[in-house]
Amino acid sequence: MPFNDSSLSACLALIAVWGLIGLAGLLRPKSLGFVAHTLFPLGALCGLALAVVAAMSLTAPAEQAVLPIGLPDLPAHVRRDALTSLFLFLLGITSAGISVFAAGYFRRGQGTPPGLLCLQYHLFLASMGVVLLADDAYAFMVAWETMALSSYFLVTAQHAIPEIRRAGFLYLLIAHIGAIAILLSFGVMQGGSWKFTFDAMRSAHLAPQWGAIAFLLALFGFGAKAGLVPLHVWLPEAHPAAPSPVSALMSGVMLKMAVYGVLRVTFDLLGKPDWWWGLVLLAIGLFSALYGVVFAAAQTDMKRLLAWSSIENLGIIFTGIGLAVVFNGVGMHSLGALALIAALYHSLNHAFMKSLLFLGTGAVLHSTGERNLGRLGGLIHRMPWVAWLTLVGALAMAGLPPLNGFVSEWLLLQAFLFAHEVPRTFVNMMLPVGAALVALSAALSAYVMVKFFGVIFLGQPREPALAGAQDAGAFERAGLIWLALGCFALGLLPTRVIGALRLVVEGLSGASLQNAESPWWLLVPLTGRGASYSAPVFLVALTAVVMLTVFTVRLFYHRRARRAAPWDCGFGGLTARMQDTAEGFGQPIRHIFGAFFAMKRELPSAFDAAPRYRVNVGDGIWQGLYLPIGALVQRVADTFARLQQGRIATYLLYSFVTLIVLLALML
Amino acid sequence: MKVIELLTQALELIVALTAAPLFLGWVNQCRAWLQNRRAPSIWLPYRGIRKLFHKDAVIADNASTLFRMAPYIVFGAMVLAAGIIPSMGTRLPFTIAADAIALVGLLATARVFLSLAAMDIGTAFGTLGARREMMVGFLAEPALLMVIFVASIISATTALPAITENLATQSLGLYPSLAFTAIAFTMVLLAENARIPIDNPATHLELTMIHEAMVLEYSARHLALMEWASALKLFNYACIGFALFIPWGVSTGDNGPLGLLASVPLLAAKLAVTGAGLALIETISAKLRVFRAPEFLAVAFLIAVLGLLVHLLLGA
Repeated sequence: MPFNDSSLSACLALIAVWGLIGLAGLLRPKSLGFVAHTLFPLGALCGLALAVVAAMSLTAPAEQAVLPIGLPDLPAHVRRDALTSLFLFLLGITSAGISVFAAGYFRRGQGTPPGLLCLQYHLFLASMGVVLLADDAYAFMVAWETMALSSYFLVTAQHAIPEIRRAGFLYLLIAHIGAIAILLSFGVMQGGSWKFTFDAMRSAHLAPQWGAIAFLLALFGFGAKAGLVPLHVWLPEAHPAAPSPVSALMSGVMLKMAVYGVLRVTFDLLGKPDWWWGLVLLAIGLFSALYGVVFAAAQTDMKRLLAWSSIENLGIIFTGIGLAVVFNGVGMHSLGALALIAALYHSLNHAFMKSLLFLGTGAVLHSTGERNLGRLGGLIHRMPWVAWLTLVGALAMAGLPPLNGFVSEWLLLQAFLFAHEVPRTFVNMMLPVGAALVALSAALSAYVMVKFFGVIFLGQPREPALAGAQDAGAFERAGLIWLALGCFALGLLPTRVIGALRLVVEGLSGASLQNAESPWWLLVPLTGRGASYSAPVFLVALTAVVMLTVFTVRLFYHRRARRAAPWDCGFGGLTARMQDTAEGFGQPIRHIFGAFFAMKRELPSAFDAAPRYRVNVGDGIWQGLYLPIGALVQRVADTFARLQQGRIATYLLYSFVTLIVLLALML
Repeated sequence: MKVIELLTQALELIVALTAAPLFLGWVNQCRAWLQNRRAPSIWLPYRGIRKLFHKDAVIADNASTLFRMAPYIVFGAMVLAAGIIPSMGTRLPFTIAADAIALVGLLATARVFLSLAAMDIGTAFGTLGARREMMVGFLAEPALLMVIFVASIISATTALPAITENLATQSLGLYPSLAFTAIAFTMVLLAENARIPIDNPATHLELTMIHEAMVLEYSARHLALMEWASALKLFNYACIGFALFIPWGVSTGDNGPLGLLASVPLLAAKLAVTGAGLALIETISAKLRVFRAPEFLAVAFLIAVLGLLVHLLLGA
C-alpha cells in the first residue's frame, strides 16, 4: 500500500501536477500566450494548494510511504513531518507569487523558447518539493541534482551571452562539488549498515568523530548551495544572470533547501549535535553575514546587490542555527528553541522579502532594459506600483519595525541576550560579541537598502530613456502584492507564526519554548525574561501618531504649497549627473572594510590630457583562494596530459606495464 | 491599565513634545556663552518652528509623495520613541509593545525615511547627506545596540522600564562596564544628533554637513516638523542616557502622581547639566573631516563591545 495518509499523498500529487504543467509546456513550446497565461497561473494555483495542504498538515504526526518508482529493488521512500511541512509551505506560498509574476514577465525574445522554460521552471519547483519529501539518500540526491540541473538551464536561459554561460558553469561546478560532499556525508551516516534510508541513518550509532565528519561534510555540501563564505562565489554570478522570477526562486526558495538540508542532517539524522558544531556554524554564519552585506553595499548592479544580500541573510539564518546547536548542546533547551525559531522565522521572511525585491528589479529591468544602478533613478514617478511595493520589501529587508525582517532579528538578539549563560568559559564571553556582528550586519543592510531603493526609484532619472518607463502589468503587480502582503502578515502576526514554528522545533530538537500563554497580539518569547514586542500595537500607535500630526497640522495651519525648481545654490542647471551614484554609496564601505576587497585603482596623473579614473572592485576570496586552486588544478592536469602522447605504441606500453605490475603483486 | 500608568505615559509624551525645543535652546545658549557670544533667547527654537508653520510650503517639481510623507513619519517615530523611554516614570503601558531593540528600530525607521526623502529630489546635497547619514547610522546603530545590550544583560531583559528600575535600585559605581558604555553612548549621541565633531548644526552649505544637507529641500510646515523631530531626537537620546546611566529619581509609580510630579524637576536638572556638558564638548572639540567620522564611530562601537567584555569578564 503506497499511501497511508491523505496529506502526504496530496503533497505528492501536487508536486506531480507541477511536473505535468511543465510537460504541458512542450505541447506548444513556441506559444507564449498559452504558456504564460495558462500554465504559469496554473502552477501558481498548484503552489497555493501546496501551501494550504502543508499548513494544515503542520500539526499532523509524521507520515511515511514507499513509492514503487526508481530502480528495481530501490523504491523511493518519502516522509512528511513538521519540518518538511514548513518548508513545503514556504515553497508553495512564495512560488505562488513568483509564478503569477512570471506569467506577466516572460516575453518573446532570444534564448530558451517559452515552452522549454516552462518545463525547466516547473521541474525546478517539483524537484524542490521532492528534496523536502525524500526519505532516503537516493531519492534525495536525484531530486537535489534535478534541482541543480533545472536551475542551471534556467540560469543560462540567455545562453547567447558569454558571461551568462560562464556564470552557469561556475554554478554547476560548485553545485557538484557540494553534491559530492553531501553524498559522502550520507555515506558516513549510514554507519556500516549499507542502508541508505533516512530511517537507517537515524538509528545508526556513530562514534563522535564520525558524527562530526558527517556534520562537516554536510555543512560543506549544503553550505555550497547556501552560498556561505567561502563557497559563495557562484551566487553573485548565477542569481543575477537568471531571469528575474528565477532569481527570486533561487534566492528566496532554493537557498532555503540548503537550510532544510542542514537542519535535517544536524538535528534529525545525526540526532544529538555536539555543542561545538554550533560554534562552527556561528563563526561561518557571522562571517558570511558581514562579508555578504559589505559586498552588497559596494555593488553597482541591482541584481548582484540583492544576490550579495542573500549571502548576508543566509549568514544570519546559519548564525541562528549555530546558536541553537550551542544552546541545545549545553542543555539550555528553551533558548535553543528560541534561536532555532529565529532562524526558521528569518528563512520565511527572507523568502518573501528577497523574492519581492528580485521581482521588483525584474519589473524595472523589463521596462528600462537596465540593470546598472548608474543608469537608473527617478522611477517612482513612472512606476509607482513597483516602487511602493518594492519599498515594502526594502524596509522589511532593512529590519525596520513593524515589518517582518525586524521580528526575526529581534528574536535572534533576544536569544543572544542569554548567550553569556552558556556554562563554557571563554565561549560564554565570545558569544555575545556575535550579537555585535549581527547588529552591525543589520545596520549595514539598512544602508544597502537605502542605496538600492534610493538610487533606482528616487532622484532624477539618470538616463533620458527612463522617461518612457512603463509600470508593471496586472500579473506582475499581483505577484508583487502577494509577496508584500506576506511581508506584512509575517511582521504583524508573529505570535501565530511562532505558534506554528514551535511545533516544528519541538519535532526537530525536542526542545520547547517555555512561554506562558500570551494574547495573540503580544509576543513574549520567554516568560519573565527578555521582553515583549507587539507589532500590531506598534503599527497602530505609529499610524495614530502620524495621522494625528497630519490632522493637527491641517487643522491649525494652512496647507498651501507650491511647486518650484529644486534649490541649485544659485549656480543654475542642476543635472541628474550631479546626484550621488551607486559607486558613491559604495565608497565609504570600500574605505572602511578595505581588507575585504581586492581593489585595483587607476588614477589619472596631473598631466593627462583625458584623465580617467577607474576602480576595479574584486572579491578577495576569489583572488586569494579560487584562482590559486584553479591554477593548481590546471598544473596537475598539464602534468597528466604528458601521459597522453596520442601514439598507440605508448598506450600499449602502459597496458603492458600495468599487467606486469599486477602480476608481480599477485604472485 | 491603571490611571497612574496612563498619566505617566501622557506626561512623558507632553513633556517630550514641549521641552525638546527648550532643551535645544538651552544647549545653544550654553554654547554661545562658552564661546563668548551673546546668547540667543532660549525660546528661539519655538519661534522658529512657529514661523515655519505659517509659511507657504515650496516643494521641488520632481518631489514624490514619499518626500511629503517623510516629515510626518520622522516626527511620528520620534514622538513614539519618546513614549518608550522612561525619563520620568517607569510605568509606561506602551513599553509592553516595544522594548529597547524596538526603540533602536524606531530610530532606524526615522533615519531611513529621512535619507530616502533626501534622495528624492536628486540634488547633489541631498544625496550626499543621505549617504553620510546612513554611513554614520550603520556604525552608530550597532554601537547604540551594544550599549543597550550591556544594560540588558545586567538586567536580563531588554524592556527599558525594567532596566531602568533595576539600575536605579543599585548603588553608584557598581558597574565598570557601564562606564565604558557611557563613553560609547556619548559618542553615539554626538554623531546621531549631528553635533560637533561629526556634523555642525550651526552651518549651512558647508561641504561636510550631513543633517542640514538632507533637509535642504524642505520648507515651511515640513521643515518645522523636521526641526522639531531633530530636537525631539536630541531630547530622546539624552533621556536614553538618563534611563541607562543616571536613572535615580525616576518614579516607579509607587508614590502615585506625587512621585511622578517630583521626577519632573529632577529631569529638568539632569537636562540642564547634560545640555551644558554637551555645549562644553562641542566648544572644546573641532569638527572632524567626514573621512574621519567612521574612525570616531568605530571607536564608539569598539568601546561598547569592550564594555560588554568587561561585564562578562568581571561579572560586573
